[in-house]
Amino acid sequence: MTRSLTSRRVFIQTSAAAGGGLLLSLMLPQRAGAGAAAAADISASFMPNAFIRIGRTGPITLIVHMVEMGQGTFTSLPMLIAEELEVDLAQIVVEAAPPDDKLYTNPINGMQATGTSASIRAAWEPLRQCGAIARTLLITAAAKLWRVEEHTCHAYKGSVVHSPSGRSVRYQLLVDAAAKLPVPGAVVLKARKDFKLIGTAAKRVDAKDKVLGQTVFGIDARVAGMKFAAVAICPEFGAALRPTDDSAALKVSGVRKVIQLHDAVAVVADHTGAARKGLAALQLNWDSGPNAAIDSAAIARQMALASTTGKALVANKIGDVAGARAHAVSQFEQVYELPLLAHAPMEPMNCSVHVRVDGCDIWVGTQVQTRAQAEAARITGLPLAAVKLHSLFIGGGFGRRLEIDNINLAVRIGQQVEGPVNVLWSREEDMQHDFYRPCYHNRVWVGLDSHGMPLTWQHRVTGSSVLARWDPPSFKNGLDDDAVDSAAGPPYDFPNVLLEFVRCEPPGIATGWWRGVGSTHNVFIVESVMDELALAAKIDPVEYRRRLLKGSPRALGVLEKAAMMADWGKPLPARSGRGVSVEFAFGTYVATVLQVAVTAGGEVKVEGAVCAVDCGVIVNPDTVKAQIEGGTIFGLSAALFNEITLANGRVDQSNFNDYRMLRMLEAPRVKVHLMESAEAPGGIGETGTAAVAPALINAIFAATGVRLRKLPVATHDLRAI
Amino acid sequence: MSYSINVNGADHSVEVEGDTPLLWVLRDVLGMTGTKFGCAIALCGACTVHLDGRPVRACTLPVAAAVGKRVRTIEGASSEKVSASLMAAWLELEVVQCGYCQPGQIMSASALLADKPNPSDGDIDHAMSGNICRCGTYQRIRAAIKHAATHLVTDGESSDIAIGTQ
Ligand code: FES
Ligand code: FES
Repeated sequence: MTRSLTSRRVFIQTSAAAGGGLLLSLMLPQRAGAGAAAAADISASFMPNAFIRIGRTGPITLIVHMVEMGQGTFTSLPMLIAEELEVDLAQIVVEAAPPDDKLYTNPINGMQATGTSASIRAAWEPLRQCGAIARTLLITAAAKLWRVEEHTCHAYKGSVVHSPSGRSVRYQLLVDAAAKLPVPGAVVLKARKDFKLIGTAAKRVDAKDKVLGQTVFGIDARVAGMKFAAVAICPEFGAALRPTDDSAALKVSGVRKVIQLHDAVAVVADHTGAARKGLAALQLNWDSGPNAAIDSAAIARQMALASTTGKALVANKIGDVAGARAHAVSQFEQVYELPLLAHAPMEPMNCSVHVRVDGCDIWVGTQVQTRAQAEAARITGLPLAAVKLHSLFIGGGFGRRLEIDNINLAVRIGQQVEGPVNVLWSREEDMQHDFYRPCYHNRVWVGLDSHGMPLTWQHRVTGSSVLARWDPPSFKNGLDDDAVDSAAGPPYDFPNVLLEFVRCEPPGIATGWWRGVGSTHNVFIVESVMDELALAAKIDPVEYRRRLLKGSPRALGVLEKAAMMADWGKPLPARSGRGVSVEFAFGTYVATVLQVAVTAGGEVKVEGAVCAVDCGVIVNPDTVKAQIEGGTIFGLSAALFNEITLANGRVDQSNFNDYRMLRMLEAPRVKVHLMESAEAPGGIGETGTAAVAPALINAIFAATGVRLRKLPVATHDLRAI
Repeated sequence: MSYSINVNGADHSVEVEGDTPLLWVLRDVLGMTGTKFGCAIALCGACTVHLDGRPVRACTLPVAAAVGKRVRTIEGASSEKVSASLMAAWLELEVVQCGYCQPGQIMSASALLADKPNPSDGDIDHAMSGNICRCGTYQRIRAAIKHAATHLVTDGESSDIAIGTQ
């Protein structure tokens, strides 16, 4: 999902907000083509939604259009506005934006969606502009009030100050005057050297409520009269529920109702405990669907076959691979396989709804506010305006909450419940009805020159296209730019490249975005191959990469730094080793070195990780570090342990016993170094995850001499003989 | 059936079956949603509360087993010195990301510190490895526990900095 930010224009309108106050409407431009039409729209009509709201009294409200799911948007996006508006974070309150694709589209995603590590990248200029325009208007209003020249006034901590006379006035007292002023055509943004807030480790605005247990996540929505539903969804994808005798559930004290849908059953009760007990009491039978026979071995065979016989479309072509191959002195060819993965966020899927004849309320944590609202409207037949979305905190998204299946199910249940209902999935339902990270089959052919350096690089990616389902207009000519993201591209500069994509959908399985998306998969391939080539050339893996990164100083910079931090080259005990990876993804460069020790029994202990990160200008260094630390752990769980398998059309895994997570005693300390940079900001939420698997596999090779080409790590292959 | 339970010092009478997990009584019947649901089979620690000072998983503890005992949840934690000190350390070191696991983490950590005011790395691993954090905040949790422990030992009185239920 790498799309270019084609326009940086910002459209702003001011008007007096209801109840008095200055409200600035700002529209982030949409994708190329859509921008102009939307711009006409916004200039023609009053837009009640915005990013800044200043009332005559009270704190300044900054509205955040990207959801907070741990990545820090509720702090870092307001920092962009506050920097230019000249207010402290202590002077503001943060509000979640309502669903509105016109006002709040993220130009990188083309809709109001929080993903692709895009929040800061997309908002970097527009939100600062928004703050600067507001500041300019407030200064103009103050200058008029005092009958002084504007340039003799400046903004400081939520007030306009006239230094010559020592007068100052709080923004709140200027809002009526400022709202009547015309919007300035152009504003000058602060120079980087003048930043007061951007670049500081400002404290997260959401932290205190979270440690006190007061944050309201989707699962915590509570309104008067609320009932609680437990659900069971067809265990086979695409199967149907047979009519079920509900008497056993209705006998459970507290159970009010059993709702039978074609694909699921819900037990509605006074509390989740009764609902779950009622659900467990039911004898559920399902009709087999078309996918009853699928299993993991068949899917792997299907992928392998497609990779050799399927239609390979050219995703990228540089030079002439076929011609140059003739000059290669040796050839490298390998296959790498990646499994299906579940998201397993800590907060299982849920959604609360109250469906009425004339309206519908939804309480949910979602990464796609407008899609969530539209789905409820579609199912109920209500107009969009009658569906009110209450956007709540997200207990882990990782891409799972870019889907709206939880909203779909909750609304269908809510249609049969009087009053509000909280629909909560069990961990098992969450794991067995995910939109899985696709499994991929990769073939790589490299033609090498006499020094063992790549002359030709051919990579054929075979797997599902998430994009084709999730955003069909972006899936063009059979090509999925996400499925091949970070493959055969920067940071390495190969003279001849052929990158191919074979679309192969595993039957019945919905695939979805998973932290790091295409990069998580392709960085693993590229960086595994790099190590294999270094070995064949008898060159140290860091040195080998160094030679290929001459044209990319930022990539080289992070590599050198990480190697230094990790004492690269310093001898280690037997069955210990270091592994390296270099990544360019989401506009950010990361080099990771992992150190592992492998026991005689094949258990892998990750002893430490260092990451050097160049993500351009940094808005909040502590948040960036936290994302790299956490992203590394997230990627390690997957690489070491995780795989979704199927038998007889059903997912085998169910809970944290058979889909396990790294725990504290297994988690390495991740040391992060942030490079100084004046480049435009890169994304950060997914980079740590994408970088770690190849570093792990390369470290395991260094420790054991065993090259793993399949994830997750197979410990039985690592036993000392 | 009616059960009387004491949560954070207050008595509550709840009309539920005796085998109802305490988790749902807290969250759905009493409306105290700070205690979280993650797995329902004692694997993730999101639902950790204290029962007479010991950490327990509320998802597998029948409400009947809580009768006659003191239940403490995250909502009542900040009024108690060790927890308040941990919360302050959590904020100081910016531990939280999504935050969903953190009430459970803090409840496990406070039980640890109440028991072992000066825990070793091994003690921390042992006490905390039942709590999963999908966002991967483990290293900061470890550091925050040590930070809080140091503060509790060196200046026991002034530890409850900046925290208090609003
Ligand atoms: S919900 Fe109780 S341990 Fe996971
Ligand atoms: S902070 Fe998100 S699960 Fe721990």
